[in-house]
Amino acid sequence: MSVSAVIERGTAASRAAGIGIAAIVVLLAVAPQFLSAGMVDRMTALFIYVILAAMWNALAGFGGLVSVGQQLFFGLGAYFAIRLANAGLNPFVSLFVSAIVVGAVSWPISLFMLRLKNGEFAIGMWVIAALTHLLVNLDRLIQGETGTSLISLNVYDASTRRLTIYWLALASMTALLAILFGLLRGSTGAAIRAIRDNEDAAASVGVRVTGTKRLLFVLAAFGIGVAGALWLATAITFQPKTYFNVQWTAYMIFMVLVGGIGTFEGAILGALLFFLIETWFGGTGVWYLIGLGATALVFSLFLPRGLWGTLEERFGWRLLSVGYRVRLPADEATGGAALPANTTTHREKA
Amino acid sequence: MSNQIIQGILLGGYYALIACGLSFMFSVMRIINLAHGSLAVLSAFALWFLASRFHISPFLGLAIVLPLMAVIGWALQRFLLERSARGGALLPILTTFGLAIVIDNVLFEQFGADTRSLAPFIGSLSYDSWEWPGSIFVGKLAVIIFVTAVILLGGLQLFLTRTGLGRSIRATSEDPDTAGLVGVDSRRAMAIAAAIAMVTVGLAGAFLGMRATFDPYAGATQLLFAFEAAVIGGAGSLWGTLVGGIVLALAQTLGAKIHPQGFLIGGHLAFLIVLFVRLYTSGLGLRGLLRLSAGKAS
Repeated sequence: MSVSAVIERGTAASRAAGIGIAAIVVLLAVAPQFLSAGMVDRMTALFIYVILAAMWNALAGFGGLVSVGQQLFFGLGAYFAIRLANAGLNPFVSLFVSAIVVGAVSWPISLFMLRLKNGEFAIGMWVIAALTHLLVNLDRLIQGETGTSLISLNVYDASTRRLTIYWLALASMTALLAILFGLLRGSTGAAIRAIRDNEDAAASVGVRVTGTKRLLFVLAAFGIGVAGALWLATAITFQPKTYFNVQWTAYMIFMVLVGGIGTFEGAILGALLFFLIETWFGGTGVWYLIGLGATALVFSLFLPRGLWGTLEERFGWRLLSVGYRVRLPADEATGGAALPANTTTHREKA
Repeated sequence: MSNQIIQGILLGGYYALIACGLSFMFSVMRIINLAHGSLAVLSAFALWFLASRFHISPFLGLAIVLPLMAVIGWALQRFLLERSARGGALLPILTTFGLAIVIDNVLFEQFGADTRSLAPFIGSLSYDSWEWPGSIFVGKLAVIIFVTAVILLGGLQLFLTRTGLGRSIRATSEDPDTAGLVGVDSRRAMAIAAAIAMVTVGLAGAFLGMRATFDPYAGATQLLFAFEAAVIGGAGSLWGTLVGGIVLALAQTLGAKIHPQGFLIGGHLAFLIVLFVRLYTSGLGLRGLLRLSAGKAS
């Protein structure tokens, strides 16, 4: 049967989701009016988690680069913010200048590290994070593990500070997600997904593998740098041990693995779930951490696509569509997305 | 100075011991086990538990702990790694990282944050030393660790080259599918390799506990040491691991001499320099940095 296929870039659901997301962002922007101070702080933490998850996902899920050393950029984001603020820059401005510096620093690191593969890359990044932690400790301003504070933030009163950081975190999250979305939806996105699905095949059809990976590496470093600087702004104190802790990478891995590695929505879902789990079980201390590790372990073994990846595959869901859908007329009769297996779209998990 | 060099070389024996299991597993299964260091610490805690609760000397305790580590290695391969390796090269990293978090925190839950050591349970061995010509004092324990490392590496080398089982493990590490075609049970070979690797990890954990202190979160540092020594040692024979361990230890000794906080920095820098040189001088291919080739050494 000759059919004329329709190529779509989204579904009705994804168009509705677009409008829904705009509404959510507006709602979040005015939310502090109605929230307690404690809730505003928690929401700020949530935005930072979303950034961390999305950035680790960009690297691992789309670039195929699993790093267990991303605390490097989290710590550096905070450290450079301290240094810049100490040099007299406005503390809020230094948060973002710091992230740009982190992005710039990640470039030479990428030249070196991207030559490593898989596990060697993963643990190599960890070595760099450990080394950087030790070097930051040597800085007299930091005073070793004693740490220091972002003192200049104290000129603002507590509520101004809280609200400003909230909005900065919301804006950073929205902007970073938009950048990632644009990147994945544009021509680079095709290259990124090709690399994700099969690196060697992508290279053989002329995809610039290393250049694309480098772009993702630097973007992830920048984004995680923003997150680290924002975390510093909420916590005020900077202790190298807290920021250069591998636990941050463990959180990122947990969020992405549970949400759905390699799916744009999955990372956000994972961050939301992590936020809820932390809110409910964070107080149980060590059992909470055991639970996180065990959950990551179980997901990697039994549900490696994560929650969103599994749902997406089964039901053909697509909210924030970055891929292409080929819809055959036969599908339309049965309701389009109901038979994703008949289309090529199930390969486009992005 | 020559005293410090000798101490550094002896410390290198410990690093070789903890590194050889990591590179051995990578050679056979292409997996870097991120729980490697945590498993070594687990073994140290097991020995500490036996010694403090049942007054079993750590050396005697090895008779219980090492078989247990072998079983853990076998189970690790059969139930976790085998399954996660089917999902591609990236998944085992996440699986073993999750496992490391579980082990670290279970140890913390069981034994608390206190720093422990096996030194109180091995009598005077922890501080006894021999005087060598030139009034150089070397710790008996350090010498024992170094000699054990040499024997273990040599034994492993002989096992891989001279025994049928060793040959089938090597065949599996070259190409599991082809090995399967000629009648090698590659699943079994891998599980045995994992068991052997965990025995070396158990031994390394014992020596970690005897020569220094450990706490539930000490695994990460040990993993980094193992990785660094293995990469510095390079893709030669198992003996490369010994060279790697010694270079790492000497770099740390040198770092500590330059700056009070320079011990770890020296080691990390040496690792990065070696890595840099290797990446830019050799056409490092798909075989990877850690790959051993026991075959060539025979």
